[in-house]
Amino acid sequence: MKQFDELSLLEIVDEVKDGDLIGIPADYSGVPMEFTKELIKKGVKDLKLYCLPLTTIQGDMLIGSGCVSEVEAAAVTLGEFGLAPRFSEAVESGKIIIKDSTCPALHAQLQATEKSVPFMPLRGVIGSDIQKYRKDWQVIENPMKFSGNKNEPILLLPAVQLDILIFHAPCVDKNGNIQIGRRRELATLAHASKNVFVTTEKILDIDFFDDELSAATCLPALYVDGISVVENGAWPCALPGVYGPDNDEIKKYSIAAKTKKGFDDYMKNYLSN
Amino acid sequence: MVELKREELLISQLADLLVNDKHIAVGAASPIPGAASLLVKEEAKLLNNRIRVTILHSNKYNNFTDGARELFDCAAQGRIDTFFLGGVQIDGAANINLVGTGSYEKIQKRFPGSFGSALMYFVVPQIILFREEHSPRTLVDKVDFISAPGFSDENIYRPGGPKFLLTNRALFKFNKQKKRFCLLKIHNNESIENIIKLTGFKFDVDDKITNMSIPDKTRIDILRNKISYMVSEFYPEFADRIWGV
Repeated sequence: MKQFDELSLLEIVDEVKDGDLIGIPADYSGVPMEFTKELIKKGVKDLKLYCLPLTTIQGDMLIGSGCVSEVEAAAVTLGEFGLAPRFSEAVESGKIIIKDSTCPALHAQLQATEKSVPFMPLRGVIGSDIQKYRKDWQVIENPMKFSGNKNEPILLLPAVQLDILIFHAPCVDKNGNIQIGRRRELATLAHASKNVFVTTEKILDIDFFDDELSAATCLPALYVDGISVVENGAWPCALPGVYGPDNDEIKKYSIAAKTKKGFDDYMKNYLSN
Repeated sequence: MVELKREELLISQLADLLVNDKHIAVGAASPIPGAASLLVKEEAKLLNNRIRVTILHSNKYNNFTDGARELFDCAAQGRIDTFFLGGVQIDGAANINLVGTGSYEKIQKRFPGSFGSALMYFVVPQIILFREEHSPRTLVDKVDFISAPGFSDENIYRPGGPKFLLTNRALFKFNKQKKRFCLLKIHNNESIENIIKLTGFKFDVDDKITNMSIPDKTRIDILRNKISYMVSEFYPEFADRIWGV
Protein backbone atom coordinates (compact mmCIF):
# COMPACT_ATOMS: atom_id res chain seq x y z
CA MET A 1 0.00 0.00 0.00
CA LYS A 2 1.14 3.51 -0.75
CA GLN A 3 2.57 5.02 2.41
CA PHE A 4 0.98 8.47 2.03
CA ASP A 5 -2.06 10.21 0.55
CA GLU A 6 -1.37 12.06 -2.66
CA LEU A 7 -4.04 14.72 -3.10
CA SER A 8 -4.92 17.35 -5.65
CA LEU A 9 -4.26 20.96 -4.69
CA LEU A 10 -8.01 21.61 -4.51
CA GLU A 11 -8.48 18.70 -2.12
CA ILE A 12 -5.97 20.36 0.22
CA VAL A 13 -7.74 23.70 -0.17
CA ASP A 14 -11.01 22.01 0.85
CA GLU A 15 -9.44 20.92 4.14
CA VAL A 16 -9.27 24.55 5.26
CA LYS A 17 -12.46 25.61 7.03
CA ASP A 18 -13.78 29.09 7.77
CA GLY A 19 -12.45 30.26 11.15
CA ASP A 20 -9.45 27.90 11.22
CA LEU A 21 -6.28 28.82 13.10
CA ILE A 22 -3.80 28.26 10.28
CA GLY A 23 0.00 28.04 10.52
CA ILE A 24 1.84 30.50 8.26
CA PRO A 25 5.53 29.87 7.51
CA ALA A 26 8.00 32.76 7.18
CA ASP A 27 9.28 33.81 3.76
CA TYR A 28 12.44 31.72 4.28
CA SER A 29 10.62 28.45 5.07
CA GLY A 30 8.68 27.56 1.92
CA VAL A 31 5.56 29.66 1.44
CA PRO A 32 2.72 27.73 -0.29
CA MET A 33 1.74 30.49 -2.72
CA GLU A 34 -0.08 28.34 -5.30
CA PHE A 35 -2.16 26.92 -2.47
CA THR A 36 -2.82 30.46 -1.22
CA LYS A 37 -4.04 31.51 -4.65
CA GLU A 38 -6.59 28.68 -4.69
CA LEU A 39 -7.62 29.41 -1.11
CA ILE A 40 -8.41 33.01 -2.05
CA LYS A 41 -10.38 31.84 -5.11
CA LYS A 42 -12.43 29.57 -2.85
CA GLY A 43 -13.33 32.61 -0.71
CA VAL A 44 -12.47 31.20 2.72
CA LYS A 45 -13.46 33.52 5.63
CA ASP A 46 -12.39 34.42 9.18
CA LEU A 47 -9.01 32.72 9.08
CA LYS A 48 -6.80 33.30 12.08
CA LEU A 49 -3.20 33.46 10.89
CA TYR A 50 -0.53 32.16 13.26
CA CYS A 51 2.73 33.37 11.72
CA LEU A 52 6.02 31.72 12.67
CA PRO A 53 7.17 34.32 13.25
CA LEU A 54 6.24 36.63 10.36
CA THR A 55 4.45 36.70 7.04
CA THR A 56 5.06 38.62 3.84
CA ILE A 57 3.08 38.62 0.60
CA GLN A 58 1.06 35.51 1.55
CA GLY A 59 -0.47 37.14 4.63
CA ASP A 60 -0.91 40.49 2.91
CA MET A 61 -2.82 38.90 0.00
CA LEU A 62 -5.07 36.88 2.32
CA ILE A 63 -5.82 39.98 4.40
CA GLY A 64 -6.46 42.16 1.33
CA SER A 65 -8.79 39.50 -0.08
CA GLY A 66 -10.95 39.55 3.05
CA CYS A 67 -10.07 36.01 4.16
CA VAL A 68 -8.66 36.94 7.58
CA SER A 69 -10.17 38.10 10.87
CA GLU A 70 -7.13 37.81 13.15
CA VAL A 71 -3.33 37.74 12.89
CA GLU A 72 -0.85 36.65 15.56
CA ALA A 73 2.65 37.63 14.42
CA ALA A 74 5.94 39.29 15.26
CA ALA A 75 5.82 41.16 11.94
CA VAL A 76 3.91 41.49 8.70
CA THR A 77 6.16 43.06 6.08
CA LEU A 78 7.29 42.93 2.47
CA GLY A 79 10.91 43.02 3.63
CA GLU A 80 13.14 44.97 1.26
CA PHE A 81 10.02 46.18 -0.54
CA GLY A 82 8.58 47.98 2.44
CA LEU A 83 5.40 47.78 4.49
CA ALA A 84 2.72 45.17 3.85
CA PRO A 85 0.12 47.66 2.60
CA ARG A 86 -3.08 45.64 2.94
CA PHE A 87 -2.10 44.55 6.45
CA SER A 88 -1.33 48.12 7.55
CA GLU A 89 -4.60 49.40 6.09
CA ALA A 90 -6.62 46.59 7.70
CA VAL A 91 -5.14 47.28 11.16
CA GLU A 92 -5.50 51.06 10.84
CA SER A 93 -9.17 50.74 9.86
CA GLY A 94 -9.91 48.06 12.48
CA LYS A 95 -10.86 45.38 9.92
CA ILE A 96 -8.69 42.72 11.58
CA ILE A 97 -7.52 41.93 15.09
CA ILE A 98 -3.75 41.90 15.50
CA LYS A 99 -2.26 39.97 18.40
CA ASP A 100 1.18 41.56 18.52
CA SER A 101 3.85 39.13 19.62
CA THR A 102 7.62 38.66 19.40
CA CYS A 103 9.46 35.90 17.52
CA PRO A 104 10.61 33.73 20.46
CA ALA A 105 7.11 33.83 22.01
CA LEU A 106 5.55 32.51 18.80
CA HIS A 107 8.07 29.65 18.79
CA ALA A 108 7.61 28.93 22.51
CA GLN A 109 3.80 28.69 22.34
CA LEU A 110 4.11 25.96 19.71
CA GLN A 111 6.94 24.27 21.61
CA ALA A 112 4.56 23.95 24.58
CA THR A 113 2.14 22.05 22.33
CA GLU A 114 5.01 19.91 21.00
CA LYS A 115 5.65 18.76 24.57
CA SER A 116 1.95 18.71 25.45
CA VAL A 117 2.44 21.00 28.45
CA PRO A 118 -0.01 23.87 29.13
CA PHE A 119 2.48 26.74 28.98
CA MET A 120 6.08 27.69 28.33
CA PRO A 121 8.16 30.30 30.17
CA LEU A 122 10.21 32.93 28.34
CA ARG A 123 12.65 35.58 29.50
CA GLY A 124 12.62 39.16 28.24
CA VAL A 125 9.37 40.82 27.09
CA ILE A 126 8.37 42.03 30.60
CA GLY A 127 7.81 45.79 30.65
CA SER A 128 7.03 45.99 26.95
CA ASP A 129 3.65 47.10 25.59
CA ILE A 130 3.49 43.74 23.79
CA GLN A 131 3.11 42.11 27.19
CA LYS A 132 0.73 44.85 28.40
CA TYR A 133 -1.79 44.12 25.63
CA ARG A 134 -1.56 40.30 25.74
CA LYS A 135 -4.19 39.36 28.31
CA ASP A 136 -3.57 35.67 27.54
CA TRP A 137 0.00 35.95 28.89
CA GLN A 138 0.89 35.81 32.59
CA VAL A 139 3.83 36.86 34.72
CA ILE A 140 4.71 34.81 37.81
CA GLU A 141 7.62 34.82 40.21
CA ASN A 142 10.18 32.11 39.44
CA PRO A 143 8.98 29.21 41.65
CA MET A 144 12.25 27.25 41.41
CA LYS A 145 14.59 27.36 44.40
CA PHE A 146 17.82 26.34 42.68
CA SER A 147 17.31 27.37 39.06
CA GLY A 148 17.27 30.93 37.73
CA ASN A 149 17.22 33.96 40.03
CA LYS A 150 15.27 34.27 43.26
CA ASN A 151 12.30 36.68 43.04
CA GLU A 152 12.71 36.86 39.27
CA PRO A 153 9.44 37.65 37.46
CA ILE A 154 9.02 35.38 34.44
CA LEU A 155 6.57 35.39 31.56
CA LEU A 156 4.33 32.37 30.88
CA LEU A 157 2.87 31.79 27.43
CA PRO A 158 -0.07 29.46 26.73
CA ALA A 159 0.35 26.41 24.51
CA VAL A 160 -1.12 27.00 21.05
CA GLN A 161 -2.39 24.19 18.85
CA LEU A 162 -3.02 24.98 15.20
CA ASP A 163 -6.03 23.63 13.32
CA ILE A 164 -4.14 23.27 10.09
CA LEU A 165 -0.74 23.90 8.50
CA ILE A 166 0.18 24.06 4.84
CA PHE A 167 3.71 24.65 3.58
CA HIS A 168 5.69 24.09 0.38
CA ALA A 169 8.71 21.77 0.33
CA PRO A 170 11.47 21.03 -2.21
CA CYS A 171 10.79 17.28 -2.37
CA VAL A 172 9.16 14.29 -0.76
CA ASP A 173 10.39 10.67 -0.74
CA LYS A 174 8.41 7.60 -1.83
CA ASN A 175 7.16 7.09 1.73
CA GLY A 176 5.89 10.66 2.17
CA ASN A 177 8.78 11.98 4.25
CA ILE A 178 9.24 15.70 3.61
CA GLN A 179 12.60 17.36 2.98
CA ILE A 180 12.73 20.54 5.09
CA GLY A 181 16.51 21.01 5.27
CA ARG A 182 17.56 23.35 8.03
CA ARG A 183 14.11 24.95 8.22
CA ARG A 184 13.35 23.13 11.47
CA GLU A 185 10.63 25.65 12.39
CA LEU A 186 8.48 23.74 9.89
CA ALA A 187 8.81 20.69 12.15
CA THR A 188 7.78 22.80 15.17
CA LEU A 189 4.73 24.02 13.23
CA ALA A 190 3.84 20.48 12.12
CA HIS A 191 4.21 18.97 15.60
CA ALA A 192 1.80 21.60 16.94
CA SER A 193 -0.87 21.27 14.23
CA LYS A 194 -3.92 18.97 14.14
CA ASN A 195 -3.67 18.63 10.36
CA VAL A 196 -0.67 19.09 8.09
CA PHE A 197 -0.66 19.28 4.29
CA VAL A 198 2.35 19.79 2.08
CA THR A 199 2.73 20.99 -1.48
CA THR A 200 6.00 19.98 -3.10
CA GLU A 201 8.01 20.38 -6.28
CA LYS A 202 8.42 16.62 -6.76
CA ILE A 203 8.16 13.13 -5.32
CA LEU A 204 11.41 11.14 -5.43
CA ASP A 205 11.63 7.36 -5.78
CA ILE A 206 14.02 7.03 -2.82
CA ASP A 207 13.80 6.63 0.96
CA PHE A 208 15.29 9.54 2.93
CA PHE A 209 15.94 7.17 5.84
CA ASP A 210 18.46 5.17 3.79
CA ASP A 211 20.96 7.99 4.28
CA GLU A 212 21.92 9.74 7.52
CA LEU A 213 22.17 13.15 5.84
CA SER A 214 18.74 13.11 4.25
CA ALA A 215 17.16 11.45 7.31
CA ALA A 216 18.37 14.33 9.49
CA THR A 217 16.81 16.97 7.25
CA CYS A 218 13.33 15.55 6.81
CA LEU A 219 9.97 15.82 8.52
CA PRO A 220 8.74 12.24 9.02
CA ALA A 221 5.57 11.26 7.18
CA LEU A 222 3.81 10.45 10.46
CA TYR A 223 3.06 14.16 10.93
CA VAL A 224 1.65 14.66 7.44
CA ASP A 225 -1.96 14.13 6.29
CA GLY A 226 -1.60 14.69 2.57
CA ILE A 227 0.78 15.77 -0.18
CA SER A 228 0.24 17.45 -3.53
CA VAL A 229 2.82 18.01 -6.28
CA VAL A 230 2.71 21.68 -7.30
CA GLU A 231 5.62 22.79 -9.46
CA ASN A 232 6.94 26.28 -8.75
CA GLY A 233 4.53 26.26 -5.81
CA ALA A 234 6.24 29.01 -3.79
CA TRP A 235 6.42 31.59 -6.59
CA PRO A 236 6.96 34.55 -6.26
CA CYS A 237 8.44 33.67 -2.86
CA ALA A 238 11.71 31.77 -2.60
CA LEU A 239 12.07 28.05 -2.06
CA PRO A 240 15.33 27.81 -0.08
CA GLY A 241 17.97 25.77 -1.84
CA VAL A 242 15.85 25.44 -5.00
CA TYR A 243 14.95 28.88 -6.32
CA GLY A 244 15.17 32.49 -5.15
CA PRO A 245 12.37 35.02 -4.82
CA ASP A 246 11.00 36.77 -7.91
CA ASN A 247 11.91 40.24 -6.66
CA ASP A 248 10.45 41.98 -9.70
CA GLU A 249 7.06 40.42 -9.03
CA ILE A 250 7.12 41.18 -5.29
CA LYS A 251 8.08 44.76 -6.07
CA LYS A 252 5.22 44.98 -8.56
CA TYR A 253 2.85 43.73 -5.88
CA SER A 254 4.24 46.16 -3.27
CA ILE A 255 3.48 49.10 -5.54
CA ALA A 256 0.06 47.89 -6.71
CA ALA A 257 -1.17 46.97 -3.21
CA LYS A 258 -0.62 50.50 -1.89
CA THR A 259 -4.23 51.26 -2.87
CA LYS A 260 -7.35 49.08 -2.69
CA LYS A 261 -7.94 49.52 -6.41
CA GLY A 262 -4.35 48.69 -7.29
CA PHE A 263 -4.58 45.57 -5.15
CA ASP A 264 -7.90 44.49 -6.72
CA ASP A 265 -6.49 44.93 -10.24
CA TYR A 266 -3.34 43.02 -9.35
CA MET A 267 -5.30 40.17 -7.77
CA LYS A 268 -7.73 39.90 -10.69
CA ASN A 269 -4.79 39.26 -12.96
CA TYR A 270 -2.93 37.06 -10.46
CA LEU A 271 -5.91 34.80 -9.74
CA SER A 272 -6.72 34.28 -13.41
CA ASN A 273 -3.18 33.09 -14.28
CA MET B 1 38.55 57.34 -6.29
CA VAL B 2 34.76 57.17 -6.37
CA GLU B 3 33.27 59.48 -3.77
CA LEU B 4 32.45 57.89 -0.43
CA LYS B 5 28.74 57.22 -0.07
CA ARG B 6 26.92 57.99 3.14
CA GLU B 7 25.97 54.31 3.46
CA GLU B 8 29.65 53.36 3.24
CA LEU B 9 30.50 55.82 5.99
CA LEU B 10 27.78 54.30 8.19
CA ILE B 11 29.01 50.77 7.44
CA SER B 12 32.52 51.83 8.47
CA GLN B 13 31.24 53.58 11.60
CA LEU B 14 29.31 50.47 12.66
CA ALA B 15 32.30 48.26 11.90
CA ASP B 16 34.39 50.28 14.39
CA LEU B 17 31.92 49.26 17.13
CA LEU B 18 32.24 45.55 16.36
CA VAL B 19 35.99 44.91 16.47
CA ASN B 20 35.99 43.28 19.93
CA ASP B 21 33.14 40.84 19.23
CA LYS B 22 33.34 37.07 18.84
CA HIS B 23 29.85 36.55 17.38
CA ILE B 24 27.71 39.20 15.68
CA ALA B 25 24.17 38.45 14.54
CA VAL B 26 22.13 40.47 12.06
CA GLY B 27 18.35 40.34 11.79
CA ALA B 28 15.69 41.44 9.32
CA ALA B 29 15.93 44.46 6.99
CA SER B 30 19.52 45.32 7.92
CA PRO B 31 21.80 45.67 4.87
CA ILE B 32 24.12 48.25 6.49
CA PRO B 33 24.64 46.25 9.73
CA GLY B 34 25.04 43.12 7.59
CA ALA B 35 27.75 44.73 5.47
CA ALA B 36 29.51 46.14 8.58
CA SER B 37 29.58 42.72 10.24
CA LEU B 38 31.02 40.98 7.18
CA LEU B 39 33.55 43.79 6.85
CA VAL B 40 34.97 43.34 10.38
CA LYS B 41 35.00 39.59 9.83
CA GLU B 42 37.15 40.03 6.70
CA GLU B 43 39.41 42.54 8.45
CA ALA B 44 39.81 40.17 11.42
CA LYS B 45 40.85 37.37 9.04
CA LEU B 46 43.68 39.59 7.75
CA LEU B 47 44.88 40.04 11.34
CA ASN B 48 44.59 36.28 11.93
CA ASN B 49 41.59 36.77 14.23
CA ARG B 50 38.23 35.04 14.07
CA ILE B 51 34.82 36.73 14.24
CA ARG B 52 31.66 34.76 13.58
CA VAL B 53 28.83 36.49 11.75
CA THR B 54 25.29 35.15 11.47
CA ILE B 55 23.08 36.88 8.92
CA LEU B 56 19.57 35.67 9.44
CA HIS B 57 18.27 36.46 5.98
CA SER B 58 21.11 34.71 4.22
CA ASN B 59 21.46 31.02 3.46
CA LYS B 60 25.22 31.28 3.06
CA TYR B 61 26.16 33.50 6.02
CA ASN B 62 23.93 31.81 8.57
CA ASN B 63 25.36 29.50 11.23
CA PHE B 64 22.06 28.05 12.43
CA THR B 65 20.59 24.63 11.64
CA ASP B 66 17.90 24.31 14.32
CA GLY B 67 15.28 26.53 12.75
CA ALA B 68 14.29 30.15 13.30
CA ARG B 69 14.16 29.76 17.08
CA GLU B 70 17.91 29.08 17.32
CA LEU B 71 18.81 32.79 17.11
CA PHE B 72 16.78 33.48 20.26
CA ASP B 73 18.00 30.41 22.12
CA CYS B 74 21.60 31.21 21.13
CA ALA B 75 21.21 34.83 22.27
CA ALA B 76 19.61 33.77 25.58
CA GLN B 77 22.58 31.43 26.16
CA GLY B 78 24.88 34.47 25.90
CA ARG B 79 26.53 33.30 22.67
CA ILE B 80 25.84 36.50 20.71
CA ASP B 81 27.83 39.64 21.56
CA THR B 82 26.20 42.20 19.29
CA PHE B 83 22.81 42.49 17.61
CA PHE B 84 21.17 45.41 15.81
CA LEU B 85 17.69 46.80 16.36
CA GLY B 86 15.85 49.62 14.65
CA GLY B 87 12.60 51.39 15.28
CA VAL B 88 9.87 53.50 13.80
CA GLN B 89 10.50 55.59 16.90
CA ILE B 90 13.36 55.57 19.40
CA ASP B 91 13.10 57.72 22.51
CA GLY B 92 15.56 59.38 24.89
CA ALA B 93 15.35 56.48 27.35
CA ALA B 94 16.20 54.02 24.51
CA ASN B 95 12.70 52.54 24.35
CA ILE B 96 12.02 51.31 20.82
CA ASN B 97 8.77 51.16 18.86
CA LEU B 98 8.44 48.93 15.80
CA VAL B 99 4.64 48.71 15.85
CA GLY B 100 3.09 52.05 14.90
CA THR B 101 2.23 55.63 15.73
CA GLY B 102 -0.70 56.98 17.69
CA SER B 103 -2.46 55.08 20.47
CA TYR B 104 -2.31 51.29 20.10
CA GLU B 105 -6.08 50.78 20.15
CA LYS B 106 -6.60 53.36 17.43
CA ILE B 107 -3.37 53.21 15.53
CA GLN B 108 -2.60 55.97 13.00
CA LYS B 109 0.12 54.36 10.96
CA ARG B 110 0.81 50.67 11.34
CA PHE B 111 4.33 49.30 10.81
CA PRO B 112 5.40 45.62 10.55
CA GLY B 113 5.76 44.69 14.23
CA SER B 114 8.26 44.02 17.00
CA PHE B 115 10.14 41.04 15.47
CA GLY B 116 12.41 39.47 18.11
CA SER B 117 13.29 42.77 19.81
CA ALA B 118 11.41 42.00 23.04
CA LEU B 119 13.86 39.21 23.85
CA MET B 120 17.04 40.26 22.01
CA TYR B 121 17.12 43.68 23.74
CA PHE B 122 17.22 41.89 27.12
CA VAL B 123 19.87 39.25 26.48
CA VAL B 124 22.45 40.52 23.97
CA PRO B 125 25.17 42.54 25.77
CA GLN B 126 25.74 45.07 22.99
CA ILE B 127 22.61 46.19 21.20
CA ILE B 128 23.30 48.82 18.58
CA LEU B 129 20.24 50.85 17.64
CA PHE B 130 20.40 51.79 14.00
CA ARG B 131 17.96 54.10 12.28
CA GLU B 132 19.09 56.03 9.21
CA GLU B 133 16.47 58.76 9.38
CA HIS B 134 17.46 61.32 12.03
CA SER B 135 14.44 63.55 12.59
CA PRO B 136 12.02 64.63 15.32
CA ARG B 137 9.54 62.01 14.05
CA THR B 138 11.96 59.08 14.48
CA LEU B 139 13.92 60.26 17.54
CA VAL B 140 11.13 61.20 19.93
CA ASP B 141 10.75 62.23 23.54
CA LYS B 142 8.53 59.23 24.29
CA VAL B 143 7.63 56.34 21.98
CA ASP B 144 3.94 55.66 21.26
CA PHE B 145 4.39 51.90 21.82
CA ILE B 146 7.15 50.07 23.65
CA SER B 147 8.21 47.03 21.60
CA ALA B 148 11.14 46.65 23.97
CA PRO B 149 12.10 48.88 26.92
CA GLY B 150 15.51 50.60 27.12
CA PHE B 151 16.03 49.51 30.72
CA SER B 152 14.34 47.26 33.28
CA ASP B 153 13.86 46.97 37.05
CA GLU B 154 16.71 45.35 38.99
CA ASN B 155 14.83 42.07 39.54
CA ILE B 156 14.30 41.46 35.80
CA TYR B 157 16.82 39.15 34.10
CA ARG B 158 18.64 41.52 31.78
CA PRO B 159 22.29 40.97 30.88
CA GLY B 160 21.75 42.91 27.65
CA GLY B 161 20.63 46.30 26.47
CA PRO B 162 21.35 49.40 24.40
CA LYS B 163 24.96 50.53 23.96
CA PHE B 164 24.91 52.84 20.91
CA LEU B 165 22.51 54.61 18.57
CA LEU B 166 23.67 55.38 15.03
CA THR B 167 21.75 57.54 12.53
CA ASN B 168 22.84 58.97 9.19
CA ARG B 169 23.87 62.14 11.06
CA ALA B 170 25.22 61.09 14.44
CA LEU B 171 26.51 58.44 16.84
CA PHE B 172 25.25 58.39 20.44
CA LYS B 173 26.34 56.23 23.37
CA PHE B 174 23.72 55.15 25.89
CA ASN B 175 24.51 55.80 29.54
CA LYS B 176 22.79 53.06 31.55
CA GLN B 177 23.14 54.84 34.91
CA LYS B 178 21.76 58.16 33.65
CA LYS B 179 19.30 56.43 31.28
CA ARG B 180 20.24 59.00 28.69
CA PHE B 181 22.06 59.22 25.36
CA CYS B 182 25.34 61.11 24.93
CA LEU B 183 26.40 62.49 21.53
CA LEU B 184 29.83 61.05 20.55
CA LYS B 185 30.30 61.74 16.84
CA ILE B 186 28.62 63.70 14.08
CA HIS B 187 28.68 63.54 10.31
CA ASN B 188 31.19 65.97 8.69
CA ASN B 189 28.38 68.13 7.29
CA GLU B 190 26.62 68.41 10.64
CA SER B 191 26.71 70.83 13.58
CA ILE B 192 25.78 70.06 17.18
CA GLU B 193 23.10 72.76 16.93
CA ASN B 194 21.48 71.03 13.97
CA ILE B 195 21.56 67.65 15.74
CA ILE B 196 19.84 69.23 18.75
CA LYS B 197 17.20 70.70 16.41
CA LEU B 198 16.57 67.36 14.67
CA THR B 199 16.46 65.21 17.81
CA GLY B 200 13.15 64.92 19.64
CA PHE B 201 14.78 63.96 22.96
CA LYS B 202 17.29 65.66 25.25
CA PHE B 203 20.81 64.25 25.36
CA ASP B 204 24.29 64.97 26.71
CA VAL B 205 27.24 65.97 24.51
CA ASP B 206 30.60 64.27 25.00
CA ASP B 207 33.57 66.52 25.90
CA LYS B 208 35.63 64.90 23.15
CA ILE B 209 33.00 64.95 20.40
CA THR B 210 34.47 64.33 16.92
CA ASN B 211 33.41 63.85 13.34
CA MET B 212 32.67 60.31 12.10
CA SER B 213 35.97 58.85 10.93
CA ILE B 214 36.47 58.43 7.19
CA PRO B 215 37.45 54.84 6.32
CA ASP B 216 40.96 54.37 4.90
CA LYS B 217 41.64 53.07 1.40
CA THR B 218 42.23 49.47 2.53
CA ARG B 219 38.83 49.31 4.21
CA ILE B 220 37.06 50.90 1.25
CA ASP B 221 38.72 48.43 -1.12
CA ILE B 222 37.59 45.42 0.92
CA LEU B 223 34.11 46.88 1.13
CA ARG B 224 33.75 47.59 -2.57
CA ASN B 225 35.61 44.62 -4.00
CA LYS B 226 34.53 41.87 -1.64
CA ILE B 227 31.76 42.73 0.83
CA SER B 228 29.53 44.23 -1.88
CA TYR B 229 29.26 40.86 -3.65
CA MET B 230 28.61 39.05 -0.38
CA VAL B 231 25.81 41.48 0.48
CA SER B 232 24.20 41.00 -2.92
CA GLU B 233 23.43 37.38 -1.94
CA PHE B 234 20.97 38.49 0.76
CA TYR B 235 20.19 42.17 -0.03
CA PRO B 236 20.31 42.36 -3.83
CA GLU B 237 18.39 45.67 -4.07
CA PHE B 238 20.77 47.39 -1.64
CA ALA B 239 23.95 46.02 -3.24
CA ASP B 240 22.73 47.12 -6.65
CA ARG B 241 21.82 50.61 -5.47
CA ILE B 242 25.07 51.29 -3.59
CA TRP B 243 27.66 49.42 -5.60
CA GLY B 244 25.93 48.39 -8.82
CA VAL B 245 26.67 44.71 -8.21
